[in-house]
Formats: sequence, C-alpha cells, structure tokens
Amino acid sequence: MANDPSEKDPVSKPPASGAEDKPVAKKPTEPAQAGSVTANPSVPPDAPAKKPAEPSAAVPATPAVPGAPAAKPAAPAAPAAPKAAAPPAKEAPPKPLPLDNELVQRLKARFGDAIREATLDRKQAIITIAADQLREVSRYCRDEEKFDMLVDLTAVDWPKREKRFDVILILYSFAKNERVRLKAHAGENEPVPSACEIWPAANWLERECYDMFGIVFEGHPKLTRILMPDEWQGYPLRKDYDILKQDTDWVRENLGIESGQ
Amino acid sequence: MSDPRTTELTNVSTTVLGADEIILNMGPQHPSTHGVLRVKLKLDGERVVDSECIIGYLHRGVEKIAEHRSYQQFAPYVDRMDYVAAVSNGLGYCEAVEKLLGTEAPVRARVVRTILTELQRIASHLLWLGTHALDIGALTPVFYCFREREEILKIFEKYCGARLTTHAFRIGGLQYETYDGFEQDVKRFCDDFTHRIDEYETLLTENRIWVGRTKGVGILSAADAIALGVTGPVLRASGVKWDLRKAMPYAAYDLYKFEIPTRETGDTYDRYVVRMEEMRQSRLICVQAIENIPTGPIMARIGKVLKPPPGEVYHSIEAPKGELGYYIVSDGTTQPYRVRVRPPSFINLQAFDKMARGSLVADVVAIIGTIDIVLGEVDR
Repeated sequence: MANDPSEKDPVSKPPASGAEDKPVAKKPTEPAQAGSVTANPSVPPDAPAKKPAEPSAAVPATPAVPGAPAAKPAAPAAPAAPKAAAPPAKEAPPKPLPLDNELVQRLKARFGDAIREATLDRKQAIITIAADQLREVSRYCRDEEKFDMLVDLTAVDWPKREKRFDVILILYSFAKNERVRLKAHAGENEPVPSACEIWPAANWLERECYDMFGIVFEGHPKLTRILMPDEWQGYPLRKDYDILKQDTDWVRENLGIESGQ
Repeated sequence: MSDPRTTELTNVSTTVLGADEIILNMGPQHPSTHGVLRVKLKLDGERVVDSECIIGYLHRGVEKIAEHRSYQQFAPYVDRMDYVAAVSNGLGYCEAVEKLLGTEAPVRARVVRTILTELQRIASHLLWLGTHALDIGALTPVFYCFREREEILKIFEKYCGARLTTHAFRIGGLQYETYDGFEQDVKRFCDDFTHRIDEYETLLTENRIWVGRTKGVGILSAADAIALGVTGPVLRASGVKWDLRKAMPYAAYDLYKFEIPTRETGDTYDRYVVRMEEMRQSRLICVQAIENIPTGPIMARIGKVLKPPPGEVYHSIEAPKGELGYYIVSDGTTQPYRVRVRPPSFINLQAFDKMARGSLVADVVAIIGTIDIVLGEVDR
C-alpha cells in the first residue's frame, strides 16, 4: 500500500548514482554535515582519508606474501561474475594477512612455538595457538594483556583436515577497546582444556560447543548437553551431520511419532 | 569490587538436599519465564540455595540452517531469534556480511538503519517494561507500553510491511526507500514519547511496592558481570560504562550525540532505571537522525550473487539486550561455511544463578524479568 511509490525509487536511483556514490559509503567525518557530506564534492578528500587503513596494508602485501592466495579469491568470483561485475571492480578483496604487532611479539616471546600463527583478516586479529597451551595463553591474555571479557567461544568443523575442529575464543579488553580471536585446532577425540576457571562465561559456551560438535573440554565442571535433549545421539553442527538428520530413536521414544520430514 | 579471578564457578548440582531443602521446578510453562525457560530451584524455606536453568525447548538449529542457505536467504531467519527486536538482529547480520564482503552500506541507508534500530530498541524495552512490571504485580504499565509499542510497529509496517519479523534491511543497504511521511511519523512518535516515559515513571519509579520489590534484588557486581560476559543494560546497571555504539561505532552512531546511562549497585531497580534512561537516549538519537537524513543511494553495489572471499569476520552490535555478535566463516561459495550467533540473552541468562542465590522465591520472577531474555534467542 504505502510501499508502492517507494518501491520505484530504489530501482531508479542506485544504478544512476551508484557508481560515483559508492566511495561515499565511508563514514562522513562531521556529525553536523551528515546531509551535505553525501554530495559528491566531498568524495575525493573523504575517500582517501578513510580508506588507506585497509587497502594500504592489503595492496603492497599482495604480491610479496600470499602470491598464490592472491589469485585465488579473484578466481572463484570471476566465473560467477558476469552479473556481479562490482566485486572485481573493487580494489583488493579482503584476505588474511600475516600479523606481527606488539601483542603477538609478547605472546611469542612468552609461549614460543605454542603461538602457531597470527593473521589479520578484515582488520581483525586472529592468533592460532597450540590447543594444549590454551589455558596458559588465556590466563596470560586475561591477566597481563587485560582481555578481561570472553565475548564468545565457539567452534568450526573442517572434516577434511587432520585436526578437524577450530575452537575459537573471542576476547575483549575494556582497557584497550580491542578484540582478539584465539584459535586452537583439535582432533575428533582430543580434549581441549576448559577456560571455565579463567572466564566463568565459558561454562555454557563450552557446553554448547560440546552439544553441537562433541568437543570435550577437560576440566569443565559439568559438561552436559545444553540445547539438545540429554539423550540425543550425534552432534548437529558437525559437517557430516545432515540437515535432515534426526535421532529417530529419540523422537520415537519421547515424542511418540515416527521421525520424518 | 571483588577480583574477577576469584569468582567461583557456579555449582549447578541440585541433587543433594539438606534437611529442610526442597526442589521446586518452575516452567517451562510458566507465565513469568517469558517463554519456555525451565528453572530448577533448590530452596531452603523461601530462600534460593541453588538454581539451574534448563534451556533448549525452542532450539531450531538456526546456525545449521545458515550453512544451507545463501547469504541473502538466511537474512530473514535472524529475525526469528530475538523476535521482539528483529530489526536489530537484521542490522547485525547485514553489517557482518557487508564486512565479510569488504563493503559498506551507503550513508543514507546507514542513517535509516540507525533510526529503525533505535525505534526497535524502544519497542523492545517497552515490551520488557510492560511484562516485567506485570510479573511483579503492576498491571497498568503493560497497557501503556503496548500502546506506544504499537505506534512503533505501525511505522515498521508502513516501512516494510511487517510488524515483528520485519526483514527490514538487506545486505548492502535497504530494499525500500522510506515512505512518504516517514519523518513525520517518527517525529510525532518522538514528540509524544517524552511525556509517555514520564508517565511510566510516575507509575513506578517512586512507587513503594515497585521499589520494595526491585531494590536490592538480584545484585550483580561489575566484576561478576564482566567475568560472566554479561553485556547490555545489565552490565551498565552494574557500573560499567560500556556501550558498543560508542566503543566500536557502527551504522551511523558516530554522527549523533547520546549518553550511556549507568548505575552503581547492579540490582533490579538499577536495571530498570538504566533501561528507562536508554529509551530517552534512543529517542534523542531518532530526533537527531530524522532531522537530517542524507540523500543518495540506499543500496551499495554488491551484485546479486554474493561470494565473499574466503575468510572470517566477527561483527557485533549493541542490541537492546546486549552484545549481539555474528561470527561468519566464508569458504568463497554462495553459502556461509559457518554462522555463529553470539546471543546476548543466552550469555546474560548464565548470570541468573549468581543473581538468584540467596534471594526469595518471589524475587526469582523479578530476576528473570530484569535480565530481559527472549527464549528464541537463548535457544536459537
């Protein structure tokens, strides 16, 4: 009803002005000028001022470091691209870069080989560590580096890899207003040290991880399923657990119906 | 302030009973659990000795579904998590995918997003206020709150056709231009709303019963709140001045002036005061934003088929209930490899045990209400 006139606008507008307005997507600098900043004159000063942070890091590094990966992200985009002409036209697509800031250096000095890799993906720091050192590194990050809040703890399943799980801890520091992501690889039947005693917030998060992936957290006070029923068989978020799969026995026993979609 | 390091882990065992202890089961079918939350309480007389939340009754496997949908197809699903703040959910998801693509919505889209998200925050807080007051025994506020909330839902309906699960935003910007009269509608609501909040406050703020039922109930210290990962108004009521809109601005929040209300004690009354003040601040943001919506396109040029380059991103926003984060892993295909939602309700609910221990049974209802959970988001 009220949408009829409004629906026409987006169709007519973006193609016309989209090309030159694209860079304006960067945030205007001054609150008061929210309206005027959109006007085109501000594009040249604004875009270079804001943009460099990412591309300047991304562009020079491209030929030097990940030579092969550099070609990769472009390749998959290209075949599907005829209609999506925009992505290739952009500068470099975001990709992981090696990271070597002070935090990483301090961690490396302290834990040596336990710090496997440090990368910067879309301006976000990711530090891969050895799973058996997870608790020590976490404690250090909380006490010495002031990452006092565990924002999230989760996992990703890569079934083709030798150690199939990535356990991911997202930490936040109030003092530095900064996030960092710790990542540890874990095999299928390989327990991961629990972070519960460092951040009590990990309690339910680790239970959810166990529930969904079957990752065992050693030292957890009560590692039981949290979202699925206690007797459920299988770990739903694993990649080999089909989306239509159910624990048919459980459904028959507890709901009194035959499982089936 | 106690040291977070000494915060003991919650002991959730409710099997060993003392001489006068009983176990009381509350929910999942209980009007004051705001959905299908089940709480097992170990009681010594009227006192809560131990508690355990049992959740998962509303688990729908949202994160699994995400892996089998394209990026755009998954967007409407996020509305079904925190279904009383669908617009905020959508904003978090769209911005996360935009970050993954390395793009950003045009400024006009970001301002409109900010206005709608702040209206949604008011609507969510109004629903919380009405039901929370109802739980504690104040019957009147719920009618007033729903009256004002209705005005916001009408704006949503006029804008995108839906009231609750709105799917208001698209990856890259907005699908719809604002309708004719959008500014007037928002302005009218904002003008009206100041008096309305004052009206609620006359009903509750100095009401002896209200104060008696909320002051000193469910205290959460700042150190405990941080250790338990609690965010949002609950954290701010404990004295931590932290809001993602200021700490890591997204959408167009860096353009507007607003305060972060905080309190010191971290009890149920403080959380009430913080949320009331937050509604005023949200209104202020709307007033500033509506004055000057920039012109320009509403959609970034991102193409119809989204294939984010391989990699991962974590992006979070200040949803009405706390930090709502999306952790998305891309393998370069059209479907996300993994979508993890960091639900504020789920993590805040974990602090329930800490708040409830030692309180009276009747206060449990107040404490569940004050955390402001939505079970659709807890269970996903």
